[in-house]
Amino acid sequence: MTDRDETFDKVARLIAPFNKKGVALTETTTFAGDLEWDSLVVMDFVANVEDEFDILITMSQQAEIETVGQLVDAVETLRTGG
Amino acid sequence: MSTRPLPAADASAGAVDLFSKFDPLIRIREDLLATGVKDPFGLVMEKVLSPTRALCNGRETILLGTYNYMGMTFDDDVIAAGKQALDEFGSGTTGSRVLNGTYIGHKAVEEALKDFYAMDHAMVFSTGYQANLGIISTIAGKGDYIVLDIDSHASIYDGCKMGDAEIVPFRHNDIGALEKRLARIPEGAGKLVVLEGVYSMLGDIAPLKEMVAICKAAGAMVLVDEAHSMGFIGENGRGVAEAQGVIDDVDFIIGTFSKSVGTVGGFCVSNHPKFEILRLVCRPYVFTASLPPSVVATAATSIRKLMHGHNKRAHLWENSKRLHAGLKALGFTLGTEEPQSAIIAVIMPDLEKGAAMWEALLSEGLYVNLARPPATPANMTLLRCSLCAEHSDAEVGEILQMFENAGKAVGVI
Repeated sequence: MTDRDETFDKVARLIAPFNKKGVALTETTTFAGDLEWDSLVVMDFVANVEDEFDILITMSQQAEIETVGQLVDAVETLRTGG
Repeated sequence: MSTRPLPAADASAGAVDLFSKFDPLIRIREDLLATGVKDPFGLVMEKVLSPTRALCNGRETILLGTYNYMGMTFDDDVIAAGKQALDEFGSGTTGSRVLNGTYIGHKAVEEALKDFYAMDHAMVFSTGYQANLGIISTIAGKGDYIVLDIDSHASIYDGCKMGDAEIVPFRHNDIGALEKRLARIPEGAGKLVVLEGVYSMLGDIAPLKEMVAICKAAGAMVLVDEAHSMGFIGENGRGVAEAQGVIDDVDFIIGTFSKSVGTVGGFCVSNHPKFEILRLVCRPYVFTASLPPSVVATAATSIRKLMHGHNKRAHLWENSKRLHAGLKALGFTLGTEEPQSAIIAVIMPDLEKGAAMWEALLSEGLYVNLARPPATPANMTLLRCSLCAEHSDAEVGEILQMFENAGKAVGVI
């Protein structure tokens, strides 16, 4: 299992409590469209991701992220201080 | 994360109506009005009789949603100062503070603020919104970090959006969440933490004592918006930071004239030695006309009177405690367990019930604010009550009776 796979799994675990409809998660699953999250859910979820990986995801970074895959990539970059 | 739906792929239709983005809101509004309720955002006051009474739809109405906490809007000295300034200085300045828009009255109100807060510098803006917009967007620049409470006022978010800093929100009033985020900011970056004394939606206060200490330990500057506490929280009415004993560690206090002071305008007070440079670089200060002479005259008079408002403050707290306890006893769900400010938020089950309750209260002769998402936390619909030091004991009794009548009629209690 690569580091990225591991990050994907951790992100998936954090998504689970907010995945009310049990949508199957792939790289291209979108937060707004597929998971139907509103801004309140996003706020809670982002805080959990930040704490899990000990990173900051700024509001402008958040605005660029549409899919699960993009989030995993962003987390990978931020973790390594990139 | 983006919560915006992707635009429709069909571009062949040609011109795009820029108003299509408002369709969901237009629909919510139409659906609400179709249930037969009056438009809760279209109320007109025909005549204002006092800080606590007005004529609405031809009926004398008790005002319980005006933020007129100290009841200064009809104070004799305040009115007289405004009239005199109108006579002596005219109706408006027609100019920016840095050009022809600084009159002796603008300096006088800044002196009043420096005395009120016992601080070295005061800068007056044309509204409270512009004060947050201007200060936040100017002092935090590219490469700096702003850490803010997620329930911050729109003017704070807009100030963040207008500037070039990195923006990091943290969970409402969560001391640990603030501390963790401050620790993750890269070494060497400038840090500004933005907090509010009283959060206006639920009327809860911030744990400033702990938060300000954490900010200082992390080397961050702290800005506290005390819009909803000026005049009655803290021994001298300087706000929650004063009440919790940390005002000396707060770098910037933002406030407004449109609540306890009873007119319109905004300000920032600070002890920062370089503060005055902001007058030249802060765009929402420079590129707008200054407040009319009558407004700064009423504000200065009101601020100086608020310094001696101890009795009024005590009565306002009594009102707040009594209304909170009374509403709780009637079975309403409130925003805070105990009264923490002069705002008491009554939580409604949904927008439809909230609007029906709002209308029932109005027909009883009581005006409160209806607050709905996205302005509210957790998608709540709220009936927001803000008390005034001029509400009499008898009026608070009447208000509770009206809530009981309306609540039973609508089926909320």
